[in-house]
Amino acid sequence: MLKVAIIDFPGSNCRYDTLHVLKNVLNVDARLIWHKEFDENTYDAAILPGGFAYGDYLRAGIIAAFSPAMKTVKKMAEAGKPVLGICNGFQILVEAGLLPGALLRNSSLTFVCKWIYLRVENNRSPLARGLTKGAILSLPIAHGEGRYFVDDDKLEEMKRNSQIIFRYVEKSGEVTEESNPNGSMDNVAGICNPDGNVAGLMPHPERSSEKILSPTGAEDGLSILRSVIGFVGGV
Amino acid sequence: MSAPIGVKVDLSEDEIKYIRRSLGREPNELEWGIFDTMFSEHICYKSSRPVIKLLPTKGPRVIVGPGYDAGVVDIGDGYAATLKIESHNHPSAIDPYNGAGTGIGGVLRDVLSMGTRPIALMDPLRFGSLSSGRSRWLLKYVVKGIADYGNSVGVPTVSGEVEFDPSFETNCLVGVGCVGIAKRESIMAGGARYPGDIVVLAGGSTGRDGVHGVTFASRVLSGESDADRPAVQVGDPLLKNVIIEATLAALETGHVRGLKDLGGGGLTCGVIEMAADGETGMEIDLSKVRLRESGMSPYEIMLSESQERMLFVVEPSGVENVLKVFEKYELPYSVIGDVTQTGNVIIRYEDKVVADLPARLAAKSPVIKREAKKPGYISQVRKVIRPETPSNLSDTLLKLLSSPNIASKEWIYRQYDFEVGVRTVLKPNQGDAAVLRLIGTNKGLAAKADGNSRRTYLDPYHGGASALAEACRNVAAVGAEPIAMVDHCNFGNPERPDIFWQFQESVKGMADACRALDIPCIGGKVSFYNEDSATGKSVKPSPVVAVLGLIEDTHHLATIPFKEHGESIYIVGRTRCELGGSEYYNYIHNIVEGEPPKFNGSEEKRSIALAYKSIRQGLTETVHDCSDGGLAVAIAEMCIQGDLGAEINIKEIPKDKMSVDELIFSESNSRFIITVSRKNLDEFLSLASKTGAKVAEIGRVADTGELVFSDNEDRVLSCGVEPLRKTWSDSIPTSLGGV
Repeated sequence: MLKVAIIDFPGSNCRYDTLHVLKNVLNVDARLIWHKEFDENTYDAAILPGGFAYGDYLRAGIIAAFSPAMKTVKKMAEAGKPVLGICNGFQILVEAGLLPGALLRNSSLTFVCKWIYLRVENNRSPLARGLTKGAILSLPIAHGEGRYFVDDDKLEEMKRNSQIIFRYVEKSGEVTEESNPNGSMDNVAGICNPDGNVAGLMPHPERSSEKILSPTGAEDGLSILRSVIGFVGGV
Repeated sequence: MSAPIGVKVDLSEDEIKYIRRSLGREPNELEWGIFDTMFSEHICYKSSRPVIKLLPTKGPRVIVGPGYDAGVVDIGDGYAATLKIESHNHPSAIDPYNGAGTGIGGVLRDVLSMGTRPIALMDPLRFGSLSSGRSRWLLKYVVKGIADYGNSVGVPTVSGEVEFDPSFETNCLVGVGCVGIAKRESIMAGGARYPGDIVVLAGGSTGRDGVHGVTFASRVLSGESDADRPAVQVGDPLLKNVIIEATLAALETGHVRGLKDLGGGGLTCGVIEMAADGETGMEIDLSKVRLRESGMSPYEIMLSESQERMLFVVEPSGVENVLKVFEKYELPYSVIGDVTQTGNVIIRYEDKVVADLPARLAAKSPVIKREAKKPGYISQVRKVIRPETPSNLSDTLLKLLSSPNIASKEWIYRQYDFEVGVRTVLKPNQGDAAVLRLIGTNKGLAAKADGNSRRTYLDPYHGGASALAEACRNVAAVGAEPIAMVDHCNFGNPERPDIFWQFQESVKGMADACRALDIPCIGGKVSFYNEDSATGKSVKPSPVVAVLGLIEDTHHLATIPFKEHGESIYIVGRTRCELGGSEYYNYIHNIVEGEPPKFNGSEEKRSIALAYKSIRQGLTETVHDCSDGGLAVAIAEMCIQGDLGAEINIKEIPKDKMSVDELIFSESNSRFIITVSRKNLDEFLSLASKTGAKVAEIGRVADTGELVFSDNEDRVLSCGVEPLRKTWSDSIPTSLGGV
């Protein structure tokens, strides 16, 4: 059975949420691994959960990005193993240089917690392979620093490489300023590296994986997490 | 009689005499400081104790009642739930960001101290008018303080309640409530019971912040209060997250035999209460306490209220295992002493005994019997000259929806992470209360805090009772059976007989309502001295009640929005001409006078039973409590959120004789709006007659996009749902300058 590590930093407060969905909803052998005890050889995939690793002191994700655990994550990424960062995990991956760009303070300058719509921009990344291109998903966001930024040339390059996985859209699928909850460049909500095995997104799939928690009744987060598992399992 | 030499205390002459007599000697400076802290109103409730005794505290579900860090109730299947409410009024009025944040920090520790995991936060808040710059500043930074702390620590803020009234201009009220859960067998209570056990202080280091925080909270705020800013503590949510995980892991070792958070009163209160509760003594070496700054005196170490500290009492054989847990989490700790059987708390510093006091003496101050006298204003404000019925009630409804007391609070809850923990089934604004699931079971908990200061000002007894009634209605409206309450009493200076009378009457009202509704009180908080010394004006008396409700199956819940065209709209309960304190009188006519709604125990109980039972039985999915703004506002909110219209015939409403504006805006208790589809009608009506609740069909949900009230054929009010939504949604962001 494949093994997924959920890497636990002090303050990674979505640790149990992610573990719950992987273990109890997807029946995956997922383990919560304290950052100091993380050994990449034991695991087939790594998830960096949401939260406030090291309190997000200095800047979201930056302290965790310099932790020894992230060196191990880098090795996994280089070996082609899948690495997914959710919210704070995405911020850590960006700060660690595993994903391009930066996540700045929301344009509202406040924390924003709400359910939004995402459009699947492409499913070329192995981590998005289970998703349908153009599908509209509903998931919640909850962050203060989620405004994606990258320079124009890089953005063009990412588009050419199919590195943009998700964008914030209206329910209808239209990309508008109103549907962009944090002022992200080009409404970008989730991206991957050129190889596609490292991905990050600001919305929380683990919070939208069970019908009972979803105001729309959808379990769209599950399809994202399933893609990750499917990739590992070679499905 | 002489005052203690060389030390400033807030103790009364009688208390000073009592201490000298009981101890049989002159206390030293540190010992005076300890008594000063332990005998402060904030810690020992010396004024309020005789009154809060009136609240019933027993019930078949109660595991731990008042007097501990938090109350605990049995919720079945081997689980227990904790409920706690705390105030952080004074610190928040001086430093709203840190004051509110550390309020959250404190209530989380209280819930953790019982051995339970905090799973949800709720925040009842009171501010002055939004037209005041100071109130807008307080609101913005209190909300930011709650958000930054709660979001980071990872406990969702799921519900709240806000009132704006000019009496809170200087002294805003910040309540912080918390719900926790655990397996029943892991509940901790009872202090340090075993001599020989080891005392470990874990978490943050001890600094000079918050020295004298409790005596500061037991005084009236004054112009010099800004100089008290060092008495406001600064929080560290990251450390709190680590403390929560490390504490729960330490409890799992089975070696922890006592646990207490260090909050108000710091180490002094922690050590003395643990020894007194466990009927033991303690010896503490202050040289072992990790300090944040050098040169701190024993006095400062004992009285510091530095945040993020927990006191563990561990059996000797398990110390190594417990410390290993702290080391894994990199949680700083130090072994600072042990439990003794002497009954005394002995404090050492650098090999010298610096304090030696009987724990029981210091833990229990003498009660102060305060004088209570009915204030003269009461009889005057009950009389009211009825305002003229507005010529255009549609405009009146629109205006009422823009009142900050009624308008959407989205600007606030958007900043709170209400999802973390993957338990939040009903999120802010979806239902009348938040609902949290218990993962691994079908069960859920509902929680809501309520209070109405204008009504309480007019009639403290019925105001107090109605606060409990409304909180119970709100949890019932989502499908939960109300099972326990905690009260949060915010009043002015108890040394004033008129204020003490307000407090006494409110508690009597709450106590009678508890009995009538079979709800035990499992804890509470009394916050006095909420007044502005410059004007001498107290805040309006503000008892706030938080209620916990139990849901057996979270598949059966109800929410606010109308759902389907054609569904019948029912009203539960009778509408009376009780406009005193109503938002309609206040916001439309600028009147805070009249007879406020009365509490009627048997009627309330029947309505509440019908509401949650009809949801449990799957007869309805749409229920809304009828309170602020009356039934017109309740129905407007159901339209706005459901994006559907409604047609209401006011003739059908069970009512006393009154004019149409009084009818649609009265805030009488015991009422709900419920929709029922045709197929469930018979069963619903038979349940209504079984519970004895009064129900009447008053209209239908309509896909017209319009809310219409008619008196048989005559239209009395009609409004498009879209303009209603716009007014309701835009009001608070606009008042805050478009943020």
